[in-house]
Amino acid sequence: METEVKTKTATGAHTMAQNADGSPMTAEQKQPTVKMSARDLNLWYGDTQALYDINLDCYSREVTALIGPSGCGKSTFLRCLNRMNDLIPQVRLQGDVTLDGEDIYDHSVDVVQLRTFIGMVFQKPNPFPKSIYENIAYAPRLHGTGTSRSELDDLVESSLKRAGLWNEVADRLDTPGTELSGGQQQRLCIARAIAVNPEVILMDEPASALDPLATATVEALIHELKDNYTIVIVTHNLQQAARVAGYTAFFHMGKVVEFNDTDTLFTNPKEQRTEDYITGRFG
Amino acid sequence: MQRRLTGSANDPRIKARYRGEKRFKAYTVTALFVAFAIIIAFFTDIISQGYTAFWRTEVNVTIDYNERAERIGRFALAEDMREIVSRGAVRSIPLDIRNNPELAGTTRQEWVPTYSRIDQYFKGNEELPPEMAAQVEELMEAGVIRTTFNWAFFTAGDSKLPELAGIFSAVVGSIFVLFVTLIFAFPIGVMSAIYLEEFAPDNKLTQLIEVNINNLAAVPSIIFGLLGLAVFINTFGAPRSSALVGGLTLGLMTLPIIIISTRAALRAVPDPIRLGAFAMGCSRWQVVRDHVLPLSLPGILTGTIIGLAQAMGETAPLIIVGMIAYIPEAPGSIFESATVLPAQIFTWASEPRKAFVEKTAAGIIVLLAVLLTLNAAAVFLRRKFERRW
Ligand SMILES: Nc1ncnc2c1ncn2[C@@H]1O[C@H](COP(=O)(O)OP(=O)(O)OP(=O)(O)O)[C@@H](O)[C@H]1O
Ligand SMILES: [Mg+2]
Repeated sequence: METEVKTKTATGAHTMAQNADGSPMTAEQKQPTVKMSARDLNLWYGDTQALYDINLDCYSREVTALIGPSGCGKSTFLRCLNRMNDLIPQVRLQGDVTLDGEDIYDHSVDVVQLRTFIGMVFQKPNPFPKSIYENIAYAPRLHGTGTSRSELDDLVESSLKRAGLWNEVADRLDTPGTELSGGQQQRLCIARAIAVNPEVILMDEPASALDPLATATVEALIHELKDNYTIVIVTHNLQQAARVAGYTAFFHMGKVVEFNDTDTLFTNPKEQRTEDYITGRFG
Repeated sequence: MQRRLTGSANDPRIKARYRGEKRFKAYTVTALFVAFAIIIAFFTDIISQGYTAFWRTEVNVTIDYNERAERIGRFALAEDMREIVSRGAVRSIPLDIRNNPELAGTTRQEWVPTYSRIDQYFKGNEELPPEMAAQVEELMEAGVIRTTFNWAFFTAGDSKLPELAGIFSAVVGSIFVLFVTLIFAFPIGVMSAIYLEEFAPDNKLTQLIEVNINNLAAVPSIIFGLLGLAVFINTFGAPRSSALVGGLTLGLMTLPIIIISTRAALRAVPDPIRLGAFAMGCSRWQVVRDHVLPLSLPGILTGTIIGLAQAMGETAPLIIVGMIAYIPEAPGSIFESATVLPAQIFTWASEPRKAFVEKTAAGIIVLLAVLLTLNAAAVFLRRKFERRW
């Protein structure tokens, strides 16, 4: 699972990675590499179309936030990125989604394998009703990335440490994960995702079920994870997007209305609809 | 100040409403009371009729292994005792002597079961001719008649002599039958449910299958008996009256129950668990094996136990496949002729002799006790492992 830059895809970034006013980037504004990208993505649930011509790039080792009013397709798009939509009957999809330039919807792609590259954290914490240890050790053992007991012990410890949960649970690894507090459960789910050593982590409103303090902890965690992982996060909390995300996409009615680096999008939106949304005038 | 809240107590319409409410409540309480009274009456009746079967009357006699007893066992007894002692108790004496020649010429004191009418006389169920009554009262005075726990009821098979009849062969038959039912219906039922719930696409065909399975659960059990007769005995030539045929027949009947309860148990596992597992890169089978099944197992077992309990009480389909035969010896395998507990009860219930009344009731007590235990186990499993999400 190397995260080396594949030059072929790096060039795909240019259309989106320009300044808001269209001026070319300065030397300091380093050209980021594209990790995942969607091209002309359309999606239907049965006969109703939920996504229209989505073009979006998620940059390597950056946080990309997806914002927009309820029902605009943020979760649907997120699920396209690790093919969780495959599990919903009657979903039809058109267009391309790539990971490091590889089409993830290609026939030869193994979905199960794909999801070990692209982890996911859900809105409601959903730890397995097993011990904390098992929650984390389960997938590595399954995928054969951790086999011996000591390997797994190390993996559990390092994952929990990275998720900032180690100090709180180190002495009770065999208690059920479901007995933790909501915020702890969510960090356990993040630790569980990290343990598979993914390259991308998708998060669908990961803090919406948490209190402000737990939210702050999770946000700090996201900030840290950014150094090693590409993160795509759906959020309803605009401040949160502003705090954690380098890039933000505004979705509306199944379309990407605007995509830019977060500062520009929030301070100097190009589109009227974006401005209306972030100033709270609709939604 | 005008009082608006208290004045209405005398309003006839409100009074009528309260009356109606009281009446309705009285109806519901009465209904509950009637239902409860019926259950109590049933249990009281069965237990009062049946408890005596757990005791039996024995008489202490001298057994004389003389020459005539080598041919007819009854001659081992003193003449006045021959009517008192159960015929079954001395039946084996000639054989005993043949197997053990040293016995010849010796005598021995022994407690043996009495003739069933004397047993019934002491239990207050039957009258005896006056001379006989006088004789046994005398024996009672002399201390050679006693009442002991009737172990034979649990260790003996069926018998034409009520004082010797027991449930052992029927219990063994029931165990064999349930074993076959379980082996047949559990894997097929659980697998089918897993396929329908976790793998099958939601299309016309699976919907059709689903409707049919639900209908199957409502088919009268005797139909399954006819099916078992036609398929297992006539087509596949399985031995008639055997536990194999009975178990397979009941398995057909239990299958829909297991499928339906397994599906309910699988459906109770919340989707976020599945999604979480899928997102970790689990294949569908890994999701089912590692996450869904462990969580739904208690529910599956509960449904299975309830299905088995229902199968255990079933009689009609087993009569059709011939499991109502007179089976004094417990079957040695699932291929031998066997009977089951409810069929044994049915046989005893159709006996005209008075002494079988208590056997019937005692059989019912045992059957009920087993069924209650099974259902209690199911409830316990459900309570113990029930999860709230
Ligand atoms: N499983 C589904 N089957 C059918 N339609 C769906 C399904 N999931 C979502 N939709 C529809 O697709 C559209 C987009 O839904 P989606 O869940 O992606 O919105 P969202 O932006 O995540 O909203 P929210 O902020 O409320 O979570 C909605 O109109 C929704 O009704
Ligand atoms: Mg959503």
